[in-house]
Amino acid sequence: MPSTVTLRRTPLYSAHLEWGAKMVSFAGWEMPAQYSSIIEEHTAVRERVGLFDISHMGEVLVAGPNAERVLNHLLTNDVSTIGVGQAQYTLMCNERGGVIDDLIVYRVEPSVYLMVVNAANIETDFAWMNAHANASAVFENESDNTAALALQGPNSVRLLADVAARVPHFHVARLDVFGHECWIARTGYTGEDGFEILCDTGDAVELWNALLSRGRELGIRPCGLGARDTLRLEMCYPLNGSDMTAETTPIEAGLVRFVAFDKADFIGRDALLTQKEKGVARKLAAFKMVGTSPPPRSHYAIVAGARKIGEVTSGTQSPTLSVGIGMGYVETAVAQPGAKIEIEVRGKSYPAVIEQKPLLKRKS
Amino acid sequence: MNIPKDLKYAKTHEWVRVEGDTAVIGLTDHAQHELTDIVYVELPAVGTDVEADKECAVVESVKAASDIYASVSGEVVATNNELSNAPELVNDDPYGKGWLFKVKMRDPGELNELLSPNDYAHHIGA
Repeated sequence: MPSTVTLRRTPLYSAHLEWGAKMVSFAGWEMPAQYSSIIEEHTAVRERVGLFDISHMGEVLVAGPNAERVLNHLLTNDVSTIGVGQAQYTLMCNERGGVIDDLIVYRVEPSVYLMVVNAANIETDFAWMNAHANASAVFENESDNTAALALQGPNSVRLLADVAARVPHFHVARLDVFGHECWIARTGYTGEDGFEILCDTGDAVELWNALLSRGRELGIRPCGLGARDTLRLEMCYPLNGSDMTAETTPIEAGLVRFVAFDKADFIGRDALLTQKEKGVARKLAAFKMVGTSPPPRSHYAIVAGARKIGEVTSGTQSPTLSVGIGMGYVETAVAQPGAKIEIEVRGKSYPAVIEQKPLLKRKS
Repeated sequence: MNIPKDLKYAKTHEWVRVEGDTAVIGLTDHAQHELTDIVYVELPAVGTDVEADKECAVVESVKAASDIYASVSGEVVATNNELSNAPELVNDDPYGKGWLFKVKMRDPGELNELLSPNDYAHHIGA
C-alpha cells in the first residue's frame, strides 16, 4: 500500500495495540491480523469463545414502504420471506450475474432493513443501490457511526445467556448489552454459534472490555483477521474479492440456494437463470491437500492431468484439520468430490483432493 | 527477544553458529516471533551449492511464505529433517532443535559481513 494512503482506524485501534496486536492493512483499514497466534485464536473460537473487531464492515439502512420491493430488485435472495427480527444471507449482482458483494440483510422493522456489507465495498455498494433502486426508498450509510464486534464460539451463548435465550439462530434484536443498546444478531463468519453486535462507535471500547473481562473464565481471546480467515475457510464461506468477483456468479460459486428465481425480476436474473439451466463451465471447488505440503495460497495453479484447470482463490493451513485447504474455480467436469488434483507451489506439484463443502464437518 | 551472544546474525534474520568450517543456520527468535505459527519448512537438498545473501529455503506460517537466505556460501551438508514433521520447532526452540541447515563454508571471510549480537539487537530495535 502506498504511504500516501491513510488507513482508517476503528474505535478499537488503541485497544488492539494494548492487547499486543500485529496490525495490517485490510480493505483500506488498519486492522489486527493477530494478537498471540492465529492457531491459538482459531482454536479459542472452535473450542471456547473469541472476540473480533469487525467495525471495518459497512452498515446500510434501507427504509420506506418500497424497501422490500427495492431490495428484491437489488439482491438475489427474497427478502419478503423473512419476518421482522430475522436475517438472510444474500448477494448483490450486476446485470451479467457477477457478484458486486455478498451481505447479510436484517429486517429490523416491517419497512426497515439493515444491511451489513464488506468493508472494501461500502461506497461502491451504496452508490450502486442508489443508482439501481427501482422505486423510491431511503438509503442511509451508517458505517461511520457504527462499530461492530463478533463474539463467536460455543461459550458465546454462556457469556450472553440472556441474549441467547431471546435471539435464535439467524435472528436479530435491539437489546441492552452491558448498559449499551445494540443491534445484536445470532450470525457470524466462523461456523460456530455466536453473535454479531452492532453498536454506536462511542460504545465500542466499553463493550469490548466488558466482553473480554466477563469472558475470561470462559477462555475468551481477542481474535484477529488471520483467525477470521482460517475459520471461514474451513467452513467454505466465500470471501468477496477473492472467491467471488464481478467476473464470477453465485451459480459458479455454488450459492444457487441464495438466488430466488421464483420472485419478481431482479438484477442479474436472466444471466443467472441461463447458467442454472445450461450449467456452468467452472465451479468454486473446495480441496484438501493429501499429506504434508506447503499451505496452498491464492493464485497458485490447480492442475489435473498435467493441465492447468484453475487457480486457488483462498488457501491456508487448516488449524483444525492440520492440513492445507483451499478453494478455487475449476472446470465443472473436475469439480466433483473425490477428484484428484494437484496444487503447484514454487514449480512443484503437491497432491490434493476435491472435497464436499464445508471442509470442516460439524458434529451435528 | 533472545539474542545469544555466541552467534552471528544476518540482517535478514538468520543466525549462524560456526562449528569448524561449517556454519549452522537458523531463524532468529525475533523472526519466529514475527512469523508465528510456522507450519511448513522447505530446505535445500544436501549437496546443493548455496550463495551468501541468496534465498535458499522457505519458511511458511499460516499467513505467509518467507524466504530464508544463505548467510554464507558453500555446500549444504546437512538439513534438519525433524522439521518436516514438526515445523513448530522453529517457533519453540529457534536456536536449538529448530535449526535449519548446515553449510560447509567456501569462504569463512564472509562471516565478517554478518552482524554481532549487539548490532543485530540494534537492527531489530531491541
